[in-house]
Amino acid sequence: MTDHLDHDNTFFEQTGEKEMFVNFGPSHPSTHGVIRIKLIADGEFVKKTEIDIGYLHRGFEKECESSSYTQCFPYTDRLNYVSPLINNFGFAKAVEDLMGLKVPERGEYIRVIMSELSRLTDHLTCVGASTMELGAFTAFLYMMKAREWLYEVIESVTGAHLTVSYARVGGVKADLPATFSEHCLKVLADTSRVLEEVDILITRNRIFYDRTRDVGVMTKEEAISYGVTGPFLRSTGIDYDVRKAFPYHVYDRFDFEIPVGWKGDNYDRYLVRMEEMRQSISIIRQALKTIPAGPTNVDSEGNVIDAASMADLGKSGRTSNLINMEARVEPTLEGSEKRFHTLIRDDNRKAGLPPKDRAYTNIEALINHFKIVMDGHGIQPPKGETYSFVEGGNGELGFYVVSDGTSHPWRVRCRPPCFPIMAGLHNVLEKGQIADIVATFGSVNMIAGELDR
Amino acid sequence: MRVSAGGILNKMNQSSILGRIEEKFSALVNETHSRPGQDTVIINKSGIVELARFLKEDNDLKFNILADLTAVDYWKKDPRFQVVYHFLSLENRFRIRVKVPVRESDCEVPTLCGLWPAANWYEREVFDMFGIKFEGHPDLRRILMYPGFEGHPLRKDYPKTRHQPIIEYRELPVHGSKNTTTYRNKK
Repeated sequence: MTDHLDHDNTFFEQTGEKEMFVNFGPSHPSTHGVIRIKLIADGEFVKKTEIDIGYLHRGFEKECESSSYTQCFPYTDRLNYVSPLINNFGFAKAVEDLMGLKVPERGEYIRVIMSELSRLTDHLTCVGASTMELGAFTAFLYMMKAREWLYEVIESVTGAHLTVSYARVGGVKADLPATFSEHCLKVLADTSRVLEEVDILITRNRIFYDRTRDVGVMTKEEAISYGVTGPFLRSTGIDYDVRKAFPYHVYDRFDFEIPVGWKGDNYDRYLVRMEEMRQSISIIRQALKTIPAGPTNVDSEGNVIDAASMADLGKSGRTSNLINMEARVEPTLEGSEKRFHTLIRDDNRKAGLPPKDRAYTNIEALINHFKIVMDGHGIQPPKGETYSFVEGGNGELGFYVVSDGTSHPWRVRCRPPCFPIMAGLHNVLEKGQIADIVATFGSVNMIAGELDR
Repeated sequence: MRVSAGGILNKMNQSSILGRIEEKFSALVNETHSRPGQDTVIINKSGIVELARFLKEDNDLKFNILADLTAVDYWKKDPRFQVVYHFLSLENRFRIRVKVPVRESDCEVPTLCGLWPAANWYEREVFDMFGIKFEGHPDLRRILMYPGFEGHPLRKDYPKTRHQPIIEYRELPVHGSKNTTTYRNKK
């Protein structure tokens, strides 16, 4: 404990004669989480800052080392808790890269749609909260309203608002619900209207413009030297986006653009995020048009069949055609009427649970299910390591996974996109005034969950 | 608002990078491979700064971003640790992984703070989690854990269940009994 105080003192002692030492946080309402900014102020001007993180450290990486690969997914939900689906898919992609699995096309489309919905919720939260801190409460309420609609769409697919755990190694948990397309398109239309409204309210608003233009400037060179990615990097004028630079899933099939700013200030970051939301909406619309068709619950002769009658067939010895059949599953078996099947999940027996209808009707699938679920069996990628990355809400979200060939990862490293931004933020804050800290900090969209892990 | 397409610009072939590194640092490189499709260099720690400078400043490579810096504890193996660097070239869209084996008895690696300020926090985190020191680091102290913390939590010999309460747990009465208990067992 004592050297903690000692260190605080060394920073505190740098305070000059007419300067003031201020603690901003760790539980300041505008810090969007727990983080502490120590600053030395000369009047209203910030002379020197030091950022203190770690208040939300939960040992994500240590926990993953003692969990099986499937058990890691709920932990990844809690990294960036505003866009948990992207974390899910990022980790799943890392394990798939290790095992050399290929997600079926429909599964990849679902991942793209859900990732972009998450990006929308992420940016809506960031823009909404940062405008609210500058006094634009209306915009915040509008955007939270839209975010709630999007969360409802996500809930209709995953069953949860935030703690989704929707990805699985080799695909996703369950297929989209039957009415997904209409519901999603309606919400997207409503969300674009909200974006228009906020655009009218905020973009040319004199107060907002004065508070954000030329405030919190980060230059290209600074951003690169600190390894900043995402909207923050793009606001400085560099068009690096993982979705374009290293296309994953099926992002290369969609027509979208990367907005870039030219000054790297708060206003540019606001504009970049607003435009990215429009691009995300466009990606989802394109994906919904071109997504390959879902399953048809029919047997080999074209008749719809349910799991119970399939079991009857098996009991009476008529098994010859059983392997080619897909059965309708009772809602009570899965807990929902949504199904998972080989169109959304890789059918590699070493990674994916078999479809429930199979698990309940034939012994091979039951054994397979058992082998995946039991501790010490599970998913066992070959020895090796991989660094796999996706475009998260705040930038490049990387997972470095080392496997020793057992069912538990030897090492899981999450490269949080916030971390490099926070490492370089002191440069940005030291150029401004105390009141600008709130504006700049809002535009960073720091998520303590992924920063501290 | 300027809008850019941001496509892939592969002027030089990524596959020739490892060859160039092997040629230039033949005395220091232990191994290079591209499994599974990711270029990896394992180099002695005396060569890491030179290699990083070469990657950053070479005109054909321009690895201008230090994308990630972390470490792995291969417990019960020698050398025990590996510090893992991931570099990214924004212009060429190249990526490379560089690994530096570190012995437990000589747990020190030269810092990259001089080349990338980004290394500052990454190295602090590795020091915090693994106890690997970075020679020449300007401000090497804990970052995620508090300074009074004992041990390095991501080392494999640090038990997951160990508790280090800053404030002693309070004794709570047990329902229906005269005894008291603490909220959690102390270590």
